[in-house]
Amino acid sequence: MPKIIKRKQLAPKIVHIDIQAPDVARTVQPGQFVILRLHEQGERIPLTVADFSRQAGTISIIFQEVGKTTIDLGAMKEQDNIHNLLGPLGQPTHIAKLGTVVCVGGGVGTASMHPITRAFKEAGNKVISIIGGRNKEFIIWEKEIGAISDQLIITTDDGSYGVKGLVTKPLEEMIRRQEKIDLVVAIGPVIMMKAVSHLTKSCGIKTMVSLNPIMLDGTGMCGVCRVSVNNETKFACFHGPDFDGHLVDFDLLMKRLGTYKTEEKISIEKCERCENASH
Amino acid sequence: MPAINPKQVSMSKQQPAERARNFKEVALGYTKEEAILEAKRCLGCKKPFCVEGCPVSVDIPQFIASVMEGDFNGALQIIKSKNSLPGVCGRVCPQEDQCEKVCILGRKNEPVSIGRLERAVADFGKIGIPVKRETNGIKVAVVGAGPAGLTIAGDLAGMGYQVTVFEALHKPGGVLVYGIPEFRLPKIIVEQEVEYIKTLGVELKLDQLIGRTFTLDELKKYGYRAIFVASGAGFPKFMNIPGENLNGVYSANEFLTRVNLMKAYCFPEYDTPIKAAKKVAVVGGGNVAMDSARTALRLGAEKVYNVYRRSRKEMPARLEEVENAIEEGIAMEFLVNPLRIMDDGNGWVKGLECIRMELGACDESGRCRPIPLKSSEFILEVDQVIMAIGTSANPLISATTPDLKTNKWGYLEADENTGQTAKEGVFAGGDIVTGSATVISAMGAARKSAQAIDQYLKKLK
Repeated sequence: MPKIIKRKQLAPKIVHIDIQAPDVARTVQPGQFVILRLHEQGERIPLTVADFSRQAGTISIIFQEVGKTTIDLGAMKEQDNIHNLLGPLGQPTHIAKLGTVVCVGGGVGTASMHPITRAFKEAGNKVISIIGGRNKEFIIWEKEIGAISDQLIITTDDGSYGVKGLVTKPLEEMIRRQEKIDLVVAIGPVIMMKAVSHLTKSCGIKTMVSLNPIMLDGTGMCGVCRVSVNNETKFACFHGPDFDGHLVDFDLLMKRLGTYKTEEKISIEKCERCENASH
Repeated sequence: MPAINPKQVSMSKQQPAERARNFKEVALGYTKEEAILEAKRCLGCKKPFCVEGCPVSVDIPQFIASVMEGDFNGALQIIKSKNSLPGVCGRVCPQEDQCEKVCILGRKNEPVSIGRLERAVADFGKIGIPVKRETNGIKVAVVGAGPAGLTIAGDLAGMGYQVTVFEALHKPGGVLVYGIPEFRLPKIIVEQEVEYIKTLGVELKLDQLIGRTFTLDELKKYGYRAIFVASGAGFPKFMNIPGENLNGVYSANEFLTRVNLMKAYCFPEYDTPIKAAKKVAVVGGGNVAMDSARTALRLGAEKVYNVYRRSRKEMPARLEEVENAIEEGIAMEFLVNPLRIMDDGNGWVKGLECIRMELGACDESGRCRPIPLKSSEFILEVDQVIMAIGTSANPLISATTPDLKTNKWGYLEADENTGQTAKEGVFAGGDIVTGSATVISAMGAARKSAQAIDQYLKKLK
């Protein structure tokens, strides 16, 4: 069974775990994700692979405790087993030498961005990373991202660290200065990916986003993860999760993500551990 | 000899009003006495057509003869030698189109109820733990633990091969666990049949998506001398009408997987939620549509419509299941086709606009083309829509295995009699070859392929 071999609290409710999962670590590529389930009554949730070591046979997952399963996962300790782990899933990110790539990560999206940033850097691109969070406490993996970027810009909503403002602010300035940007990659909250895509669309900078709709099996069988891209329905688990940000219907994605809002509340209220965590 | 009863011994069922609100099995099965009585109707034909009618050639008159004597264990032994999943097949096989269709008794009277007898044998028969054959050390990989995969795994293990089944989901059974509801096929039955296959020496590896975790070429590299691909039907189809991405629109696969595999009807004891709706429209005319409609009812819906563009006669669903659905109160909307799904203004379903159809010219197979009737549009006020209109091929395995060939729909090309694909050592069967079909036809393909794989491996030696 896949085992948690390392657990680290990165920020309030943001946890990093390393899982011994040699079958996944062997073939996982940047941009891919896993689906896990914690117990017999558990649900299946997708989480992006933030790092991996083929040699050690491990993968890293960074997640925010927002729902019942992520809260349960956050409460797990080193040496605990993950009941079920399936992956790698989804199409790997298309990596190429393009010139200058700006990688924009918001919140835990910063960790999801990590292997993609590294791959673009290794492919010979100039990589500028912009990572943002609510405040200084929520800036994660600054060192890790810094080490694989030619330039690192940090933003916080309250200005407690780095540039005050949203991640779009430094990007907007770069665009205004007419810096040459060949690709923008944005991973984070839907609203952030929407804002980045909106900004780059007006000046025609190709933008790739990684979508995080509700998933169930993660293999293409159920279709719950359908998203609208260029007015065409795609299954994010199979055709994605990466899509052209200029063609994604983000409003639809946000609506669909809200499908089980009521049930998510019930689920958390029912769970003692979740109650403790939310206090 | 007393005259043969022209009618089948009837099988008791839960009453419609009661069963429409619970997930317990609808058909209660024969008692031993009822089974013996029904078995006595069998003529024991010397040349049994029923055996030819069975895709896996179960020795039907022989097992029925054992039932007649009350020897359920012996009967189970006979069935198991040809069919590893009698508890499943006795419940979900369309016997009326197979063995029972060609029963001699059926020419003038009702045919022997072979399906119910098979189920009774699975219910009452016990079989000792099979003596595990010493394996010959030759590794065979099976992709998918559904009906075809489990069947071939059992067959090949019985021949001495060292079989590993790779399953993408966290539970083995494929459509038997994610698709077919508890009230038609209790999951405990599937678990027991899977356990039996494991006792034959089959290794099951769960959470392994072939094409991602391992490719077929990697499996070959790891020493699997032959591979049988039975990865199932694939992507759910949608109609491409406006509103299909609204909240409250489900594919039947999603709806049934939430309820069956993830036990969403036990939410919040189980973590996976499902929206219980007041008024539901299920689109489609197959068994999956019937399963979805009846599941929606059991989740507490006040009204469930089944929308089908042809008439009752053309429905691909089993007659028995259509009757069950109607008894339970599903409103059948025949000759009706959806045009669009309506938005309540907040991104949720508020209705299904439909148009009435009539049947036009028929094709060679006798299936008539539905044609819209002008100005017959109307609205079904519903808050949930379930699309049960079939599936299309999942291209993952073909895309990651360059030397496999697919047909124009993306399904794998495989020889009808052997399952041999374009790639050496790779065989395939079930829905990934034929598109959505039945449990037993997938099992039949697997059985044929088991023989072909055995021959192939013997030649290699």
